Amino acid sequence: MKMKYLVLLALFTCIGNSFAQQTPASKQTEAITIVGATAHLGNGETIENSLIIFEDGKITQVLDATATKMQYRGRIIEAEGKHVYPGFIAPNATLGLVEVDAVRATDDEDEIGSMLPHIRSIIAYNAESKLVESMRPNGVLMGQIVPRGGTISGTSSIVQFDAWNWEDAVIKEDDGLHINWPSSFTRGRWWAGEEPGIKPSEGYQEDLLKLEEFFASAKAYLEGGNDKTNLAYDAMKNVFNGEKRVFIHVDGKKEILDVIDFKQDHELEHLVIVGGYEAHKAIEELKENNISVLVQRPHDQPNSEDHDYDFPYKLAGILHNKGVLVALESSGSMERMNTRNLPFYAGTAGAYGLGKEEALKLITSNTAKILGIDDMVGTLEKGKTATLFISEGDALDMRGNVLTHAFIQGREVSLETHQTELYKRYMDKYDSASK
Amino acid sequence: MKIRLLLCLVFLVGLQSNAQEYFPKNDGVKNPQTNYTVFKNAKIHVSPQETIENGTFVVKDGKITAIGKSVSEPQNSIVIDLEGKEVYPSFIDLYSSFGIKEPKEASSGNDQPQYDANREGYYWNDHIRPETGAVNYFNYDEKAATSLHKAGFGAVNTHVTDGIIRGTGMLVALNPGGTEGDRILKDRSAQYLSFDKSKLSRQSYPTSTMGAMALIRQAYLDAEWYGKGKSDNKDLALEALNRNKNLTQIFATDNLLDALRAGKIGNEFNVDYVILGNGEEYQRLQEIKETGSTFIVPLNFPDAYDVENPFLAEHVTLEEMKTWNQAPANLKMLAENEIPFTITAHDLEAEKDFRNNLLKAVSYGLSKEDALAALTTTPARILGEEERLGTLKEGAWANFLITSGDYFDKETSVFENWIQGEKMVINKMNTTDITGTYDLNLEGTTYELKISGKPESQKASVKSGEMKLGAKLSFSDNWMNLLLSPADTTKTGFTRLVAKTDDSKDDISGTAYLSDGSETDFTATKKTSTETAEAEEDEEENGEDKEEDIREIMPVSFPNKAYGFSEMPKEETILFQNATVWTNEEEGILENTDVLVKNGKISRIGENLNAGNAKIIDATGKHLTSGIIDEHSHIAASAINEAGHNSTAEVTMEDVVDPTDINIYQNLAGGVTTVQLLHGSANPIGGRSAILRLKWGEDAEDMIFENSPKFIKFALGENVKQSNWGSRSRFPQTRMGVEQVFTDYFTRAKEYEEAKENDDDFRRDLEMETLLEIINRERFVSAHSYVQSEINMLMKVAENFDFRINTFTHILEGYKVADKMKEHGAGGSTFSDWWAYKYEVNDAIPFNAPIMHSQGIVTAINSDDAEMSRRLNQEAAKSVKYGGVSEEDAWKFVSLNPAKLLHIDDRVGSVKTGKDADLVLWSDNPLSIYAKAEKTLIQGKVFFDIERDEKLREEIQQQRSELITQMLEAKNKGLKTQPVTKKEEQHIHCNTLEEIH
Repeated sequence: MKMKYLVLLALFTCIGNSFAQQTPASKQTEAITIVGATAHLGNGETIENSLIIFEDGKITQVLDATATKMQYRGRIIEAEGKHVYPGFIAPNATLGLVEVDAVRATDDEDEIGSMLPHIRSIIAYNAESKLVESMRPNGVLMGQIVPRGGTISGTSSIVQFDAWNWEDAVIKEDDGLHINWPSSFTRGRWWAGEEPGIKPSEGYQEDLLKLEEFFASAKAYLEGGNDKTNLAYDAMKNVFNGEKRVFIHVDGKKEILDVIDFKQDHELEHLVIVGGYEAHKAIEELKENNISVLVQRPHDQPNSEDHDYDFPYKLAGILHNKGVLVALESSGSMERMNTRNLPFYAGTAGAYGLGKEEALKLITSNTAKILGIDDMVGTLEKGKTATLFISEGDALDMRGNVLTHAFIQGREVSLETHQTELYKRYMDKYDSASK
Repeated sequence: MKIRLLLCLVFLVGLQSNAQEYFPKNDGVKNPQTNYTVFKNAKIHVSPQETIENGTFVVKDGKITAIGKSVSEPQNSIVIDLEGKEVYPSFIDLYSSFGIKEPKEASSGNDQPQYDANREGYYWNDHIRPETGAVNYFNYDEKAATSLHKAGFGAVNTHVTDGIIRGTGMLVALNPGGTEGDRILKDRSAQYLSFDKSKLSRQSYPTSTMGAMALIRQAYLDAEWYGKGKSDNKDLALEALNRNKNLTQIFATDNLLDALRAGKIGNEFNVDYVILGNGEEYQRLQEIKETGSTFIVPLNFPDAYDVENPFLAEHVTLEEMKTWNQAPANLKMLAENEIPFTITAHDLEAEKDFRNNLLKAVSYGLSKEDALAALTTTPARILGEEERLGTLKEGAWANFLITSGDYFDKETSVFENWIQGEKMVINKMNTTDITGTYDLNLEGTTYELKISGKPESQKASVKSGEMKLGAKLSFSDNWMNLLLSPADTTKTGFTRLVAKTDDSKDDISGTAYLSDGSETDFTATKKTSTETAEAEEDEEENGEDKEEDIREIMPVSFPNKAYGFSEMPKEETILFQNATVWTNEEEGILENTDVLVKNGKISRIGENLNAGNAKIIDATGKHLTSGIIDEHSHIAASAINEAGHNSTAEVTMEDVVDPTDINIYQNLAGGVTTVQLLHGSANPIGGRSAILRLKWGEDAEDMIFENSPKFIKFALGENVKQSNWGSRSRFPQTRMGVEQVFTDYFTRAKEYEEAKENDDDFRRDLEMETLLEIINRERFVSAHSYVQSEINMLMKVAENFDFRINTFTHILEGYKVADKMKEHGAGGSTFSDWWAYKYEVNDAIPFNAPIMHSQGIVTAINSDDAEMSRRLNQEAAKSVKYGGVSEEDAWKFVSLNPAKLLHIDDRVGSVKTGKDADLVLWSDNPLSIYAKAEKTLIQGKVFFDIERDEKLREEIQQQRSELITQMLEAKNKGLKTQPVTKKEEQHIHCNTLEEIH
């Protein structure tokens, strides 16, 4: 009897450990109607008292509840006083590629080599990562999973955050090519005995040339006539035909201007700047060339002690208000766990020049446009995928971002995580002790 | 007059009788030199204050035997007429490594840190080397000496620049003619110290400035104890330290903060250090003065940055530009503030830059007398050599310079530097001055020849009408060689003119060697001055003048960088009207309430308060709170970790506060007023904390919270067992070992206490003293912690020694042992939502703070991060989201509760009458993502004001553009520039340690 109990216990513990992740929700079978919430459409508009219906994973109605007699359908969620938002999208993320920063065995974000367009993040994306599930209670329901390192880091894919495996997670496979633009400045590598500090990089032009040569060679190769396959060049095919967008990670003004030349030279249709610390110094050039910017996480420090203390807070606002298409990204220190703070990055942008609804665009509709998935997601609109959530309050504010329901493709996803389970487990422990 | 002469003669006799030869000679007969050398008709600068016009002095055997207005010439004299020339004492440099090679870096076979000393029979730490004597390493270096001669130096105090306590230096005369026996004026002239470790040993400790400071203190204490004969073992280093005690103590530092730190140790141990500064003393004159030290100041003025490329210019900070602008005025400001100083050439290429930079300092307002004193009498006095060096008087060494005029006039030539009666020619003294404008007649053509410059570096230009010919002049030993090339540079064909000049004649005549090989005579007839005046004018226009203009010096701000205050904020009487006040007291959140600030305190809280003469701030719609307190911070520090030992209780963060860190200002802009500056987590027992008020602009000492409660950092887990960094040879490598480290140290501390009680001459151990304070509950522990097992362990260890852990800092699994913490009496400070960065944070959950709070633990949310600390209000708000804590309680997580954990809640942490007016005015609910801090007050002074910030931004832009213009001008004039490289100070030697918080 005792033995049996122990075995059971062991089994239980085992299950507890290896299956801590939440089970993905199954396909939407019943229509869902959300009534009475303030709908934040993601395009700058709100509907105070809204009626939202979705079926088979698609939004079928987004209406003003006071001005319609539309029949409710299926399951009805009364949401007066609550807020509905389109699911937030985290671009330039590395979720699912690393589980624990300091444990090398869990790190799959950076392959060796410098020109790696053929390296694909999607196949390493761990749909069952504990970090991925921790996004959902904050409304971050989709992300672009991006490899890091090298000059051409590789190819990203866009996923939704409730899936059994990477294949099911895909929203758009191999959506973008990621380039770390060479810097015209280098930071002295003190660990290699160099003077610390910033100095002009002697290799900048050389590095640019290498990138130029790679693009030119790939183009020539793709014209045909080769008797051997070059995987890296093959992976460039969709770049030249415009299917794969080009994301260039770059900060300085000089480099940004060089990126613009690069775009023109190679006739790259969709080019996105990632980071863009000095993008505000090239606003007209960016607009003329139809270049959008994924602005680095606002919860960051200025690059120089001379800069405004609030510069990172307001950069997105400066660009947006001058007509540049902008969204927010969350790369940086401890980026995976921090990605769940994306809503608050938008909140900060809202406080520094944008206002709430414009700020919301930076993590919804603008992001979708920049990633090329705005036909599917990014706003609460009829015909779009029903990836959305209900929050008790303002989801861009820490105090209001309390989710009651979240849906991905119409499927109601679990808002529980490894963390909420521990929370409940220990509160139960203390509660039962006090009884 | 007669009496003086008589005295002088007596002195001479006395000197002669002293000089008795005793060395054998085998290469000839002795041929003694007993002649006198008499220098007459000179303007003699006897000392900075005293000058003799038309004076005479007599030199014999390297010394001055007589000096005065009228001195009789002994019969056997060689007379040198210095008519029109001036004589100065040669200079003395107190800080030099002349003739001593820098030791080579010790290497080892592996990259593992070394914890033990190399030496035996010496101190336990290899970086304490007082037994080192410069004499044992000295070799006269002719090349370096020549360079120093040219810069005007006659004697230097040299030493082995290696180690923290570096041993004794020696005073050397730079006399190339003598032997070491002549040159060595003093073989143990001073003891040198620094914060830099010896290159001769790889012993890890100390890895930081605070470690070096603690080590110096302990070595001083140990030497005293050793001197009482209490040690069983021989310690040659401590013996030497005691032997060196009465020497001049010279402390080498390389930045302003370190200079003040040296001063601090000096004051603690009553040692008057002479401090080697770095040229930025003017930025903190008051504090520099308060050290009471004499400073040895370099003349290493920075070159202008090359800011031609605007992209590059962006990377130069205002601080760097200001320093360039201000540095030449450093010495002037030191003198104005009556801070004693000497001048050193150690940081310069002496020959090239020393005089130029000295003259530059004079052009920026340093008086000639002060400059001279700093190079002669002051260093002589410091070395106790004022009778022999620094002044020209009877009995002193004949160390002097002969110049063509006022040394501080740039047109003046320095002719000779005599050292111990040995002559070194720098520029030939009797060179004919051939400067002037001439009509040059050559082959029937008349050219205009113009010769300019100092006698030793004359230049020629030759014109024929408007055409300028190529002309290269060399002039030495009164022979002139002038090479002419055609104006048309595409043609060749040189003409060489050779002539011997003659002082008595104005005109020059000689032979011309033409390009075709033939020779002919030429003459150059000097024009009168009126004739040349015209020519001078157009010369000015196209002259390539590399002279730098005297720049306007930018005012120093506090700190001397962007957002520094030109005037420090003053205490104000302020009435905040109609605010929503978060009191953190029983009253809770009060609407429409006034708060009166007076004398740095919260004076009244209520409705419709009488303003009196207070400045009124309309706070309608705004929120007023007490300042944010960060229990765990690493901003404003020059060092974070002392990682050389697994326990470093002897070090204190109070030693390494950096009041110039821009994070202070940025934190104020986020409403933070107080932080605990914690040691890092490189070792189980870390260093003591500094609790700081973020009083931007104040100096390090003034930022430290008055009567600070005592704290120390402990650490557990991955960092201390070096899982992700460091060595695999340092104990502990497991959590099991961590427990033993604590148990061992506390056991030793108890034994120490017992032994101490029975022995008055007990060796005072700074580490043990600190540990005892912990056991005796006088010092509180803030323990870096993650997982529950180790948290539990540390509480048990503490209980075994009958004390309590005050705070578990950034505790992430506190929620798992909240009941045990409650029972133990520990507080919990945590990250709001950090996790996944290390294995030990797998179970870190954002519900941690709410759970601990729910179990009655004093709970705080800390930053440990300079970015997050400026948004701690938002981090507190996450407890509303995760765990549903009330807004009022969540706010306390970053205000009242950390104040409680730091035991300063009697002074700060709430809005209560009588408490310090550390207040923040917010544009919105402080927990809102949309809230901005508009004003941040500390003790009634407004340290951050969002409107003033706007003005400062404009000012920064103005100052930057002004300085960039100045730098472009400098470059345009052909002055040397330096490439843009942003230098970042690295105080921590093992840089990876910066990450280990």
